[in-house]
Amino acid sequence: MWSRVGKRIAISIPVLVGVVLAIFVMLRIVPGDPVTTMLGEHVNPAVIEKISREMGLDQPVTVQFFQYVFHALQGDFGTSYRLNRNVTGIILDAFPNTVKLSLLAAVVAWVIGIVAGIVAAVRQNRLLDRLFMGCALMGVSMPVFMTALVLQYVFAFKLKWFPVSGFDSVKAMILPAIALGWNSAGSIARMTRSNLVEVMQNDYIRTARAKGLREHGVIVGHALKNAMLPVVTMMVLQISSMLSGAVLTESVFGVPGIGRLAVNAIETRDMPLLQGTVVFTTILIIAGNLAADLLYNVLDPRIREGA
Amino acid sequence: MLDHSKEPGTEGLENRQKEQADVSAQLGEADTWKDQLKTLVRQNKLAAFSAVILILFLLAAVFAPIVAPYDHLKQSLTDRLQDPSLAHWLGTDELGRDVLSRVIFGARVSLTIGLVPTLISMAIGTVLGLCAGFYGGKTDFVIMRLADVMLAFPSLLLAMVVMYTMGGGLINIFIALSLVNWAGTARIVRSQTLSLKEKEFVEAARSIGVRQWTIMFRHILPNCLPSLIVLFTLNIPSAILSEASLSFLGIGAQPPSASWGLMAVRGKKYLFSEPWLSIAPSVAIMIVVMAFNFLGDGLRDVLDPYLKEQ
Repeated sequence: MWSRVGKRIAISIPVLVGVVLAIFVMLRIVPGDPVTTMLGEHVNPAVIEKISREMGLDQPVTVQFFQYVFHALQGDFGTSYRLNRNVTGIILDAFPNTVKLSLLAAVVAWVIGIVAGIVAAVRQNRLLDRLFMGCALMGVSMPVFMTALVLQYVFAFKLKWFPVSGFDSVKAMILPAIALGWNSAGSIARMTRSNLVEVMQNDYIRTARAKGLREHGVIVGHALKNAMLPVVTMMVLQISSMLSGAVLTESVFGVPGIGRLAVNAIETRDMPLLQGTVVFTTILIIAGNLAADLLYNVLDPRIREGA
Repeated sequence: MLDHSKEPGTEGLENRQKEQADVSAQLGEADTWKDQLKTLVRQNKLAAFSAVILILFLLAAVFAPIVAPYDHLKQSLTDRLQDPSLAHWLGTDELGRDVLSRVIFGARVSLTIGLVPTLISMAIGTVLGLCAGFYGGKTDFVIMRLADVMLAFPSLLLAMVVMYTMGGGLINIFIALSLVNWAGTARIVRSQTLSLKEKEFVEAARSIGVRQWTIMFRHILPNCLPSLIVLFTLNIPSAILSEASLSFLGIGAQPPSASWGLMAVRGKKYLFSEPWLSIAPSVAIMIVVMAFNFLGDGLRDVLDPYLKEQ
């Protein structure tokens, strides 16, 4: 198994380098000079030249790239044009909020998704199954901002159960977490149901039933174990995509997380900040994919022993 | 007399193709499609219903100037922020424009965004996937590592970076979404090409000297079509959602465009007094996306159970 792990990590490194290169190139082909774009057309050219020199933008692009990679490897993503602060510091300030939001959203998605999926599979082709799967598909199809706006309107404005925005208390975190988790809950429910339905047709399930085990025991003790393998992998993958995909939820609820940083960076044309947030979140996604792969190796004895 | 304009040994293949064409004609190619359509309607009524809904949205988009009760750009400040009424079924926005008319015109934006970038990205993905699977070796390695890089990006953030580079606007959304979404298609086409290129019909074509390019596009590609049709149906909603999200973040469609995402974000300011301004376009997005998902699921079951297993 360890050779598989090593191989998987080795594959991730060129991908990571490719990601950094792609972002670097994309942001360097923006028409016009980044400092002029940031400061405006009417600033003294000498000031623009001085700032460009200070930021190393007068160097050839290849030199800039290697300098960026060299510094990034040491955890330095440059200095924000607008905030005049180290990008890594800004990201690390916002990161805990995004982590809290993503983990809470993941819990919401797992609980709703798995329970709905199991109930739908057990009640296959009955009313509950159709109802839950209808809701799941609705969850998958709803734009995240719609879920957020509906929750904000109903539970914050009409019922006044939760604050409209902010992220300073547990109560304030609930609506953003549901908004972000709802979509993933739909995917998890659909996957849990389809896997469980498939597993329930296996011979060992028939054997478990034949030896007199109760249906509850058959599902929990035998079917779920095998049905949940791909679901667990998907769940891990979803945490990393939530960490990066919280942009919309953070925008609607005013959560000061990484997604909002990226949106602010675009609005203020702050290239180093945008570059830093995208590189950082992509690293998280690659790490999440790696973790999901390794977890699958650990959980599935067929793969573990085969290696 | 021999026809020297033909490649040597292609007569056998042509005869076989002719035989196949005869058999197809006897069975009726249209019947195959009709049968599949019938199976879809019989097996999955929800998918059939979704197709009807999508056709209605498509018709509304095409005939928007006739169907919409008002001009979607016409402002009337005296009628601003009106509640839903018989005159304005979904009320009016902050500039007095009829929301229903804007939702109907918004279907043009969303369906175009759903269809055009999906077609472009799938065309790119199909060609690259075919090349990777067919040629293998270094070509495969380079294309697949490129796909890995694209898949590693959070798609919304990547689209945001592209929009940052090129600026807002619908044409730039076309380009951003086309560049972002090709990798998934490339992976699926590659895996199918890998298995198809080992089949006897490809071997037969090779042995009689058919050119590689012809084998890829005339022999392998048609066999990938069922998966591609299903994938196309399932990729459209994600493109629609991406456009809506980008517009919602203010970096997609620009005013006065009647994009559903843009309408939702502009209505957000009035969420607590006139919630329909945000909710109406969001519901339209949800209905279209759900319909495409149902249709995609139904088509997958009929056309390509292999994709379901994947």
